[in-house]
Amino acid sequence: MSHHKIEVSNLHFLYPDGNEAIKDISFTIYHGESVGIIGANGSGKSTLLSLIMGVLFPDKGKVKVGDVTVTKKTLAMIRQRLGMVFQDSDNQLFMTTVFDDVAFGPRNYNMDENEVKIRVDEALEMVGISHLIDRAPFKLSGGEKRAAAIACILSMKPDVLIMDEPTLGLDPKSRRRLINILKGFTHTKIITSHDLDMVFETCDRIIVLKDGKVAASGATLEILTNGELLDKCGLEAPLSLQKCPVCGTLK
Amino acid sequence: MPTPFITIRIDDMSKIVDSIYNIRLLDDLARKNTSIHRLHPVSKLLTTIVYLIMLVSFNRYEISGLLPFVFYPMVLILLAELPVMPIFKRLLMVEPMIIGIGILNPLFDPRGWITFASIMTKSGLTVTVCLVLVSTTGLDKIAQALRALKVPSIFVLQLLLTFGYISVLIEELARMVRAYALRAPQQKGVRLKDCGSFAGQLLLRTLDRAQRVYDSMRLRGFNGEYHSYGKSNITWRDILYLIAWSLFFITARMYDIPALLGLMFEGVSN
Repeated sequence: MSHHKIEVSNLHFLYPDGNEAIKDISFTIYHGESVGIIGANGSGKSTLLSLIMGVLFPDKGKVKVGDVTVTKKTLAMIRQRLGMVFQDSDNQLFMTTVFDDVAFGPRNYNMDENEVKIRVDEALEMVGISHLIDRAPFKLSGGEKRAAAIACILSMKPDVLIMDEPTLGLDPKSRRRLINILKGFTHTKIITSHDLDMVFETCDRIIVLKDGKVAASGATLEILTNGELLDKCGLEAPLSLQKCPVCGTLK
Repeated sequence: MPTPFITIRIDDMSKIVDSIYNIRLLDDLARKNTSIHRLHPVSKLLTTIVYLIMLVSFNRYEISGLLPFVFYPMVLILLAELPVMPIFKRLLMVEPMIIGIGILNPLFDPRGWITFASIMTKSGLTVTVCLVLVSTTGLDKIAQALRALKVPSIFVLQLLLTFGYISVLIEELARMVRAYALRAPQQKGVRLKDCGSFAGQLLLRTLDRAQRVYDSMRLRGFNGEYHSYGKSNITWRDILYLIAWSLFFITARMYDIPALLGLMFEGVSN
């Protein structure tokens, strides 16, 4: 199914302050794939996501979602198909109740109120927070806020889920719950993170960024076991792939 | 010798932060389900507008005529089962400003104390009625009512987002004050010379935050129109509520009810 394909070709992006954040990046993500984008701080991960979502526009090159190029004219259609979960959930939750927040997207597409309700119920059910439907988002815990932010995106039924640091700031149990939720999704997924253990569990393929360029791209296990590459890119093998600190054997 | 400095006291600021943060309490109250809460937002909004127009149209020497207007917020607070203290506390927060406006009247006008009392009564009632409206309706439904009354969406949006984000901004401020206090343990407050960069920082952080929130809204298909929720139809009950109260306000505006009652009792006792 080519309509869920994301094609990034020869992308360049220069911030107004002269920082060249993205330098000639090209890759393709196919339907149903789960791709991790990893790299050190300032390697261009968040900028790349903003370019894919059309929050920023490239100076050179283009992003194609299916057969449609991301431009100002195609944004409405693109954004209905791509759902992005922000790094900081507070930026994404701005209504007075969880219900209204999750309903915000569907309502913007002028859906019938009954359909909106069904979608909200489904989305909250998927992330396991149906009981929080009438709560004020600002009163939720960090893990609950993240789940609510994901539900906000799921209610729009996107083809592709894009997540910026989804496990950031979560306690171990909430993180585990989130990983299980992510594993349960059949959507095409793009996840940026420094939590390489989570990437190891949820992604089939990894793209490594270094100084705004693609340093490597390949199967998850292949990339995460390449110590030299990870070291060069300011990263470290995930704990689950490191030797046991007590007995020195691989776990 | 320590250099003299003017300060904004940190504990005062944290109190302000607390009280403003509690603004969301009104939203919690709005989720109750009483006969007043169930009324149509348009009907409640229009009733409040009629009330406010009638109230502020009294001349500045009039006090006894204002008394019947206490009746409306009192009935609403009782019927909607609203807690009195939180509403009263919020009312007190506005009072210093009102006192500032009216306090010079007694100096320049021989009947200044009367105008001062009139200003205080009017402001107290207008603010209470607005607080009661928000805590029985909720800001999102008021916004829906404003849109139904054809108020341009840009104003409605401004209102909703300011209200929605005030707690986030206050949190940002609280975080900055905390960071400052921890690194300046000897000081009671923020030095005036640091206030400039403090305010600048807050503005920049706010703008940054606003941009992110706007991005997240646009990504979910937002195009300038805030879509309202659970629209309900106006019923006879709502219309009756509006008409009955409006008639009462207009009557109370045209006739001095307390004076008439006084005359009536005088007549009876004679």
